[in-house]
Amino acid sequence: MRFLLVEDNPDLALSVAERLRLDGHAVDPAASLTEAGDCLAAASYDLILLDISLPDGDGRDFLRRERRSGRDTPIIVMTARAEVSDRVDVLDLGADDYVTKPFDFAELEARCRAVLRRRGNALQTVQHYAGLTFNPLNASLVVAGEMRELRNRELRLLEILLAAPERIFSKAQICDRLFSYAESVTDNAIEVYVARLRKKLEGSGARIETVRGLGYRLTAE
Amino acid sequence: MRAALLALGLILGITGSAAGFTVEEEVRFPAPGTERRELTILSTTDTGVLKPVIEAFQKRFPDVEVHYTVANSQEVFAAIHDEGATFDLVISSAMDLQMKLANDGFAASYRSAATDALPGWAHWQDRLFAFAQENVVLIASRRALGGLSLPQTRRDLIDMLRDDPERFRGRIGTYDPELSGAGYLFATQDARQSDSFWRLAEVMGGLAPRLYTSSNAMITDLKQGRLALAYNVLGSYAGPRLASEDDAAVVELEDYTLTLLRTGLIPVGAPDPALGGGFLDFLLSAEGRRLVGEEAGLPPIDEVALSRGPHLRPMRLDPGLLVFLDAIKRRAFLEEWAAALQQN
Amino acid sequence: MRRAPLSLRLRLVLQLLGIAAVLAIVLYFTVRTVAVQAAEASQDGVLGAATLAIAESLQGGDDGVSVDLPYEAFSILGSISADRVFYRIDARGLTLTGYDDLPPPPEAGAAVTPVFYTSPYRDTEVRIAAVARMVLVARKPVPVLVMVAQTRQGQEAIAQRVAQRAAAIGLGSFVLAAALSLLTAGSVLGPINRLAAAVARRGPQDLRAVDHPTPVELRPLITALNGFIARLRGALTRTETFIAEAAHHIRTPLATVRARAEIALRQSQSEEMRESLRAVIRAVEESSRSAGQLLDHATVVARSDRLADESVDLAKLLAAQADAFLPTADLKDLTLRVTAEPARVQGDRALIEAALRNLIDNAIKYSPPETTIDLTLRPGDPVLIEVADRGRGLSGQKPGRLTKRFARGENARDVIGSGLGLTIVAEVASAHGGRFDLTEREGGGTCARLYLPSA
Repeated sequence: MRFLLVEDNPDLALSVAERLRLDGHAVDPAASLTEAGDCLAAASYDLILLDISLPDGDGRDFLRRERRSGRDTPIIVMTARAEVSDRVDVLDLGADDYVTKPFDFAELEARCRAVLRRRGNALQTVQHYAGLTFNPLNASLVVAGEMRELRNRELRLLEILLAAPERIFSKAQICDRLFSYAESVTDNAIEVYVARLRKKLEGSGARIETVRGLGYRLTAE
Repeated sequence: MRAALLALGLILGITGSAAGFTVEEEVRFPAPGTERRELTILSTTDTGVLKPVIEAFQKRFPDVEVHYTVANSQEVFAAIHDEGATFDLVISSAMDLQMKLANDGFAASYRSAATDALPGWAHWQDRLFAFAQENVVLIASRRALGGLSLPQTRRDLIDMLRDDPERFRGRIGTYDPELSGAGYLFATQDARQSDSFWRLAEVMGGLAPRLYTSSNAMITDLKQGRLALAYNVLGSYAGPRLASEDDAAVVELEDYTLTLLRTGLIPVGAPDPALGGGFLDFLLSAEGRRLVGEEAGLPPIDEVALSRGPHLRPMRLDPGLLVFLDAIKRRAFLEEWAAALQQN
Repeated sequence: MRRAPLSLRLRLVLQLLGIAAVLAIVLYFTVRTVAVQAAEASQDGVLGAATLAIAESLQGGDDGVSVDLPYEAFSILGSISADRVFYRIDARGLTLTGYDDLPPPPEAGAAVTPVFYTSPYRDTEVRIAAVARMVLVARKPVPVLVMVAQTRQGQEAIAQRVAQRAAAIGLGSFVLAAALSLLTAGSVLGPINRLAAAVARRGPQDLRAVDHPTPVELRPLITALNGFIARLRGALTRTETFIAEAAHHIRTPLATVRARAEIALRQSQSEEMRESLRAVIRAVEESSRSAGQLLDHATVVARSDRLADESVDLAKLLAAQADAFLPTADLKDLTLRVTAEPARVQGDRALIEAALRNLIDNAIKYSPPETTIDLTLRPGDPVLIEVADRGRGLSGQKPGRLTKRFARGENARDVIGSGLGLTIVAEVASAHGGRFDLTEREGGGTCARLYLPSA
């Protein structure tokens, strides 16, 4: 996906952009409303991440202008203000969702997915691999013409593995992305989800291989 | 009751106490029941008069023995004032002396429902209480007057005596104020009421009047024809005794008729003041009033009777009574009396 | 301990009553003294007249002094009151007649006009009038002293009667004054009470200056009150701004730290390093949650005193909250099941939303993956909002303790949270006149119930 990140704090902007790129997204940072306008004029984005307090104006004014102009790129507001009234305000002004800093990237990704799913432009993200068709936006997996429902963690596990087939992911790497840091998770828990996903993938050419002592990888038969 | 009457002791000349006042009569009424209390009464009123009242009182209170002592008013006064005699109740017709006893602090204070009910003129403070009102009257023998009509005022009387002096010479009786306390009281009160008293005294003085010390003696002499007229006689004695005599007339003079109040007081230092008060209450009670009126023949205190007789002048229970007891005043009055009587 | 100051009304009434009491007592003594003096004067008048009447009747002569006691003088003495009467007439210092033990005037040489004095005599006390005269006896002047005395019982009786009446007058005027003082206190304090009522009637967020017609004496109070209101308004604004700014300023760097830590975690191969980074992320998460709850708590405390009074659609609010939490719940494969019938309450929407957010956040935090959280809204009075999870429950702890500030369940040491969450819910409940309780859920888990009085 391609993000426009409107954030004036350079450290944060850099970190968020880098973090998103790690998940395979393209990110254009903009440090002010003016820069954001320039970017929007030059390219089209799947999603805009918008800060409220910016050096040359209020993010809410930008939001209002965007919605009035007829462009309907989904916008998720990131704010340090957690007051209820702020949240209501931005949703009323046409924001698609709202996250409070500091945010959990897993949660941000989930929210992005939910926003895109609601917008219905899910087709762009469909992935094909070894006889399976996977759309992370609506969590649909089609194997041999058969629709298979994925639960959220199964979906994210598949997403992690499918991002780099044949690459070995250690249990720790998977853990970090599948579970929240607050949860205490045993290696056992991962095996459960791996087992479930293997079952869902049955009948396709793709399978999850256990690399003893190293981790898991997705491979095609 | 008969037995009690028979048991009456009549002791003459024996003094009721160690003191030296002269007693005329001393009677014990033994208690009809078991005797527990003794009521001692010192009185100027004859035993026979108050006997029915005393007996009725004992019927009510059977445990009371009554010790009734009779003396004349001067002796009664002296016994209390000078000799410290102790009695529970002192009854006297001498209003002036009773007043002086009360004024000089010899009467104890006493209050009850009965004394509170007395009209204002019938008591002095809560020390002196009247239980009988007796008019002072003129008595006359119709026969002795011949065809003359009965005088209705002192003026009538004076005119009658002046018009026919010979008819009345030596046949007029009145009290001797020098010897009789009651006579002195009546004379002084007369002198206060009207100047006609002195004219009457002068007229009587010219007719060789007979002077008495008691009403009873005058009544007797009138009945027996020795007197044609007697002036200033106690109506309470004259009325009953002359009731059956057609010849005798009792006249309440219309210019004014003095009314004497018979009073009782409880002396300071009475042995049983409550009992003295009890007898006083009985005298003033409905039953006591009936007995005083019907049995003793003494008209009880009755404001209605007074208002019906506008000529009646009850002698006032007030310190004025003390004036004529003053030695100088008394001497002056008696000198004047003597002068009036002896002018001719 | 400090004694509470007396109420103004009580103070005013007490002072007026005190004045009334003093006046009543003064009135009592004045009336009594005047009446007693009048009684004494009238007794003196009669006594003096009697004494003079006797003195008039004195006559000289060759054989001594004679006196004709006037009957009426004595009689009149008796007519005023039934008092005992004594007299004494001395010539050349020797008693001519009367009571020779009657005390003579204290100072020798009584005048031609009567002198009066009070003296004990026999068993009582008497008022005596004395007058002196010269009488010619055998052509030589002889001094004669006339004394007339009367006991004072009548006067005392008058004094007593007057004292009773004076006491009645005093008491009556006191009672009247007491009634008037109550009325006065009421009318004096009326403007204060009206002002207090006007201020009390104000809405919770009404921090306008007081503009109520008041007597001039209350103007300084109004001015001071308005000054205070202005300062309070300023302080409240500053506090809210400060909290918001503080939260804002802490959150941006936290977000940076978190992002950096996650990136480092991705790139790091050393398991030890990774564990440290996880700890950093957990700490950041805890800080941010604490900042959020502190902000919520400050908001609740600040708004409790001036609660907004609006009609809140709870069903809509609950649905919106469930919606907002959906992605978060999804991460743990949790199902949020909403069962809501339409219900409205009168209250502060922001506070109720904060309570709901904390309740749901708590439930998600403690729920094991792939379970269901039941959000139930049941109308009635009170309206019930129930959040039931399948978490580890209370483990026998007292629910009351959990709603205390910064208290956390003993079994929740490994779960991130500041412990303020439930406190916020409980405070919102009490600010709305409702209540909050936590119970063990049947079949395992915790059931949190928030009761709010219906609109």
